[in-house]
Amino acid sequence: MTGTAVWSDGVTAARLFAVDPPGTGGVLLRSRAGPVRDRWLAVLRAALPRSETVKKVPLNIAEGRLLGGLDLNATLLAGRPVAERGLLAEADGGVIMLAMAERLSAAMTVHVTAAMDAGEAIVERDGLSLRMPARFGVIAIDEGLDDEFAPASLRDRLALHLDLNAIGVHDAEEFAPDAGETAAARAKLPSLKPAAAQIEALCTAATALGITSLRAPMLALRIARAGAALAGHSRIEQEDLALAARLVLAPRALVFPPADGAAPPEPPPPPEDEADESGGEDQIPDIDRALDEVILAAVQAAIPLDVLATLRAGAAGRSRSRSSGKAGALQKSSKRGRPAGVLRGALRAGARLNVIETLRAAAPWQALRRREAAGSAAESRPRILIRKDDFRISRFKQRTETVTIFVVDASGSAALHRLAEAKGAVELLLADCYIRRDQVALIAFRGSAAEMLLPPTRSLARAKRSLAGLPGGGGTPLAAGLDAAFVLSDSIRRKGQTPTVIVLTDGRANIARDGGQGRPRAEDDAMSAARQLRAAGIAIVLVDTSPRPGVSGEAIAKEMGARYLPLPHADAATLSKAVLASVG
Amino acid sequence: MATAFPFSAIVGQDEMKLALLIAAVDPKVGGVLAFGDRGSGKSTAVRALAALLPKMKVVVGCRYNCDPDRPAEFCEECRVRAAKGALKSAQVPVPVVDLPLGATEDRVVGALDLERALARGEKAFEPGLLARAHRGFLYIDEANLLEDHLVDLLLDVAASGENVVEREGLSIRHPARFVLVGTGNPEEGELRPQLLDRFGMSVEVKTPDNLADRIEVVRRRDTFETDSAAFVTNWAKDEARLRKKIIGAREKLSSVSVPDVTLERAAKLCMALGTDGLRGELTLMRAARALAALDSAKTVTDHHLRRIAPSALRHRLRRNPLDDAGSSVRVDRAISEVLG
Repeated sequence: MTGTAVWSDGVTAARLFAVDPPGTGGVLLRSRAGPVRDRWLAVLRAALPRSETVKKVPLNIAEGRLLGGLDLNATLLAGRPVAERGLLAEADGGVIMLAMAERLSAAMTVHVTAAMDAGEAIVERDGLSLRMPARFGVIAIDEGLDDEFAPASLRDRLALHLDLNAIGVHDAEEFAPDAGETAAARAKLPSLKPAAAQIEALCTAATALGITSLRAPMLALRIARAGAALAGHSRIEQEDLALAARLVLAPRALVFPPADGAAPPEPPPPPEDEADESGGEDQIPDIDRALDEVILAAVQAAIPLDVLATLRAGAAGRSRSRSSGKAGALQKSSKRGRPAGVLRGALRAGARLNVIETLRAAAPWQALRRREAAGSAAESRPRILIRKDDFRISRFKQRTETVTIFVVDASGSAALHRLAEAKGAVELLLADCYIRRDQVALIAFRGSAAEMLLPPTRSLARAKRSLAGLPGGGGTPLAAGLDAAFVLSDSIRRKGQTPTVIVLTDGRANIARDGGQGRPRAEDDAMSAARQLRAAGIAIVLVDTSPRPGVSGEAIAKEMGARYLPLPHADAATLSKAVLASVG
Repeated sequence: MATAFPFSAIVGQDEMKLALLIAAVDPKVGGVLAFGDRGSGKSTAVRALAALLPKMKVVVGCRYNCDPDRPAEFCEECRVRAAKGALKSAQVPVPVVDLPLGATEDRVVGALDLERALARGEKAFEPGLLARAHRGFLYIDEANLLEDHLVDLLLDVAASGENVVEREGLSIRHPARFVLVGTGNPEEGELRPQLLDRFGMSVEVKTPDNLADRIEVVRRRDTFETDSAAFVTNWAKDEARLRKKIIGAREKLSSVSVPDVTLERAAKLCMALGTDGLRGELTLMRAARALAALDSAKTVTDHHLRRIAPSALRHRLRRNPLDDAGSSVRVDRAISEVLG
């Protein structure tokens, strides 16, 4: 698709969204800051009726501000609990804009998606229990690069996925939709009912595209309805369905639909039984079995050819994208965890005021302060006099999260000996990490390079899957493996977590950093990679998996300041015990 | 709260629906955990359950939903009330209480009543979500993301059936027996093993992969959203039938007999799977009995065990937790070994 075509779809998407913000869920806007994005947002603003609010939700918003809670100021002034509406409730009937959605924390994501599902914000905080209507549409601005995506649970609920990164300003013609059209289309919405065959067609198309979630066809249906309303159709037409398929289904496709000529893998089942149920009502004559094909053709046209290759690989890439934003762990650490008492303190950003403790602290002094206040004749006299000294801040103890990086030698020399045992040991260690709620990552090296099989995760199912799929054989690019561990450790540290590296190898490097063969150069490179790790002061355990532990393993371990565990005849259980003991 | 989608109108998801019904028949089975795909209707099912459940009898004015027919389990306030005279009772819907992830601890366990503290300078206890959920259901969406300190609280209360609040100079204890229902997506993280163990049954929820079902789901959902009142009316009969079935099963529950041979098989099944402790066996028996009651059967048979064993046991296998992916398979294998 050309830039102008993408832009024109983008404009259509904005107008469709404006017709039914809560119904369509919203728009995932994958776009970095720039004039194109600004222009798109301007289009959206123009399409929305002026009275509707667009609330921006900053990434680092406090939980209490998002959900609502106790308005401390008003509470203290009034001498009775006063609730403060959160942003979600304030956005009722309007739109919220999530900035940097790719970095949304898991908790934030859940708050937003829960409100989207329920249409209300449920607050159980600070002694308050409230339910406030919160029906809104979401614009999630995703500035992610490469494999960074907005959380999957959020993406799933947003009908329209736009990617404006590839288009230039000159493609993005300014356009000002008429909010009046939006209002007119909204009025028409309730009268538009899809025919049974149309629902069927969208479901069939979604299945053919490999889309599992049932939200996709449901959202496509709403977009088709919004499209029909906007176009002034009196019922949902074929072109509305095609539009919905193109905008909603195509960006979610994981499998390329079968080409026209080829027989589809799953022929659409004859919907006979359904047909007679709904046969009477509004069967539209021009919709027949061919509808599925019309929709698939629309989708096909919307998927650019060069994307096809990525699409096929897409299944893996998408599922790998972090479901909780990468900044999550770091962000949370200041505010969550086990309460570890209360301390006197000033109100700073990120501190959680403990209202009860503050009031308790203030209580004994009330009589005294009141007498003082009476003397000074202050014009407004609150019922409770709170001084700065009374403020109590909840303290939370958060164990720094550990990320254990397994660096597994899957080369021929190791595979012959012990790969199976090493896998077993890693599994046991993984289980232990799981119990401690640590994250794990898995790097394997073999052939000529190291590969990150698993970015840091808590999901055991995924860890296990990638481990089971680990093939063995080839050279031993030890340097590459250690380098990869170093890079990952570094990024883990920057997130405020603590990396621990466990290397399982026989230490016999024979592939250099540049992929060249030759033992001496490979060993030199491995040594320098080892020194780099030591300089960074990362905790490392080297498990020598060679049947005859020898100098090479020990030398490497020494060079990187690692604990050295020669385990010539250990089984998986002994191995994991030994590693655990030395990791502490 | 908007109108709930009728329970009987949920397409497929038989295992999850059955587990919820069993929990409704016998709360002692101990809760349901539904883990699975996005957009497969996990939350919908739980909310639907709330609308389906038959009403329950409570003491009028009791903040803890005390049952007027069970004076032994009264809260302190009801004891005082009962001593003064006869208690009035009323029929109320069974509470299905949401525990939102952003909840603060004071709202979960209850704390000092802020209003009275501020306005009148009084110290009074304001019950929390645990009190509200007593005799009903406590629902945690995205249970795997619940903060650790809240999980600890829940574990404690779920084990003892009593909530003890010792703070702000208050000392309160009240009954808090509830059925824990959790949903979540395993991609977003696993559940702590201790919490996992608190759930009587665990079900795996998958998006239907058969096209006809998928179409039906979308169609019903669309009809519901277009005119929810009419949709609910259309399903009212099915709902009433199901409600009757639950009431009937509750009545029959105590008369369903569990033959020794079935007990033995259940024990063998648990041994074959190496489940920890007796909890697995107990849950399996209770769930099978509730299932038999739902089926209007007089005795529990292998058929019931076979149907409910995967839900009752799959999350309790003694294992390295990595085997989770294969736990259903292991249960199935053990079932065919033991039950033939």
